[in-house]
Amino acid sequence: MKILVCISHVPDTTSKINFTENNSKFDKSGVQFVINPNDEFGLTRAIWFKEKNNATIDVINVGLQDTESTLRKALAIGADRAVRINHDPKDGLSVAKHISDYIKLNSYDLIIAGRESIDYNGGMVPGMISAFTDINFIDKCIDLKISGNNVEASREIEGGKENISTHLPLIIGGQKGLVEESDLRIPNMRGIMMARKKELLVIDSDEDYFATHSKDFEKPQPKGEVTIVQADEVEKLIDLLHNEAKAL
Amino acid sequence: MKILIFAETDENGNFKKDALEIASYASQVSSENGGSLIALSFNASEPERLSNYGVQKTINAKNQELNNFDPEIYSNCISEIFKSENCDLLVLSSSSNSKYIGGILSVKIDAGYVTNVISKPTMGDRISVQRNTFTNKAFENVEIMKSKVILAISKNSYGLKENQINSEAIETNFNISESRNKVKSVEKTSNKVTIADADIVVSGGRGLKGPENWHLIENLADILGGATACSKPVSDLGWRPHSEHVGQTGKPVSSNLYIAIGISGAIQHLAGVNSSKVKVVINTDPEAPFFKAADYGIVGDAFEVVPRLIDKLKEFKSSNG
Ligand SMILES: Cc1cc2nc3c(=O)[nH]c(=O)nc-3n(C[C@H](O)[C@H](O)[C@H](O)COP(=O)(O)OP(=O)(O)OC[C@H]3O[C@@H](n4cnc5c(N)ncnc54)[C@H](O)[C@@H]3O)c2cc1C
Ligand SMILES: Nc1ncnc2c1ncn2[C@@H]1O[C@H](COP(=O)(O)O)[C@@H](O)[C@H]1O
Repeated sequence: MKILVCISHVPDTTSKINFTENNSKFDKSGVQFVINPNDEFGLTRAIWFKEKNNATIDVINVGLQDTESTLRKALAIGADRAVRINHDPKDGLSVAKHISDYIKLNSYDLIIAGRESIDYNGGMVPGMISAFTDINFIDKCIDLKISGNNVEASREIEGGKENISTHLPLIIGGQKGLVEESDLRIPNMRGIMMARKKELLVIDSDEDYFATHSKDFEKPQPKGEVTIVQADEVEKLIDLLHNEAKAL
Repeated sequence: MKILIFAETDENGNFKKDALEIASYASQVSSENGGSLIALSFNASEPERLSNYGVQKTINAKNQELNNFDPEIYSNCISEIFKSENCDLLVLSSSSNSKYIGGILSVKIDAGYVTNVISKPTMGDRISVQRNTFTNKAFENVEIMKSKVILAISKNSYGLKENQINSEAIETNFNISESRNKVKSVEKTSNKVTIADADIVVSGGRGLKGPENWHLIENLADILGGATACSKPVSDLGWRPHSEHVGQTGKPVSSNLYIAIGISGAIQHLAGVNSSKVKVVINTDPEAPFFKAADYGIVGDAFEVVPRLIDKLKEFKSSNG
């Protein structure tokens, strides 16, 4: 089984979000970048398939050279090979088009992307890849079992889950539940050493396919002071929520 | 400008609140820009109800196969109507199902697709909108470079606005081919309100000490008609199901009221709840970062404050109907 895991390179969850160049660009200075958490759950699930079903894992990113540290981390965790499409994507469509073109030339049985990236929160790349490649798609996937060509999967729905059976090839939008937090792997010394020897293929692209243009960013207004209510006066809180905030 | 909305219904065929919100939004956009507004619904029991929210024509499909959500079938039907009705703009909600098909649809109809939209579009040579990004830590102004556009509106960002007009509802029937996915079963965790649908969310953190104390959260949620939620460590510890974990790596909450009990207010937690309108914190530690993000706060022990709050809310509810 050949697996491709899409890896988005995102600011660590504790990062301060600032912008430069007239608020038109995300300010990367001092920011620590990590594998998008939803992709890390998917990558870890892929490693289980590698260990139990003899799968091979390629990871892919559409980005400039600075994303290679994140791809190396994925190799250190256990992916076999990394691919970087050398292109600064303008939007989700641009990412999806590049990955789809790559998939059409290199067939995969399973493609794992994240439900959403925690930076731009597009939530669109896996669905777009499925439409470009005509590969079946399960979003918000929280369980995935594969035997031969048969797939048993679950997806999160509002207020519960839905159990689905289908076939490979498949693309999923993954999230926590594919594996648990405690299953995530921290790269060890041996993994890091091995990752240096693994292939990181760079493919140049001059294709410029996109649909939206990010003009600029704004930060939310700083919030006003909190109104403190004494612990023995909860009726005052109810009154404020009812009359002032109109939330009850 | 011709606008199409996909108006989702629940298992009884009633329009979801999301559907009424995007109808309100689209009707405003349509009247400001001299356009027309049509809705597509699947097996709606009262399709004419959308006339209360400014929809001029509702196309209601009657097909058994559409009773359960399927991404291929749904996206095929929606793109078929979008094309045959010559629409320019498709407005979707941010429900799980709409987000599932949004990306697929954008490729099928070759549209510029923007999610988490929080503003009405501004028209010019090109359409621009504002959206939430960096998990509610910033807003982004986006310009759409294609002539066809899909906007997924962030929940509760526009609200419901009634606007009764004369309208028609027509029935249609799609030719539906088989899907690649077979739904085997559906497991609902409870019949209670879900975090996504709730106007009020009551959330508990590690400060509640253990799962045996969750009746406090549940009782408070019950009396408010709200949903229950929790912080990440609480679900990691197995005190509560994963589906309740809110935050940057969990579910986003954009309710009217969010009550955080025994939650410190870590940056990853706040990122997921920032877009809730009113936030209340109950915490023993006055230095807890949540107090900087909240509108109202009580410095106190949850085990004393919450039972008192439940009692007083009972009195409030009985005197306010
Ligand atoms: C990559 C990453 C992603 C993350 N994503 C998320 C996420 O999506 N969502 C999330 O929630 N967290 C997330 N976290 C974890 C986050 O950093 C915090 O650790 C977590 O939110 C803390 O949970 P808590 O507030 O329940 O617990 P604690 O930080 O332990 O806080 C407990 C609070 O309860 C108060 N308390 C104690 N006793 C009482 C009492 N009797 N009455 C009232 N108050 C009391 C304490 O004063 C304290 O403020 C993430 C972390 C990382 C590294
Ligand atoms: N630049 C990128 N390179 C590779 N994969 C990406 C990239 N951006 C997004 N993805 C994948 O698409 C998923 C959803 O991203 P998004 O649609 O941007 O929210 C991510 O979790 C990744 O798996």
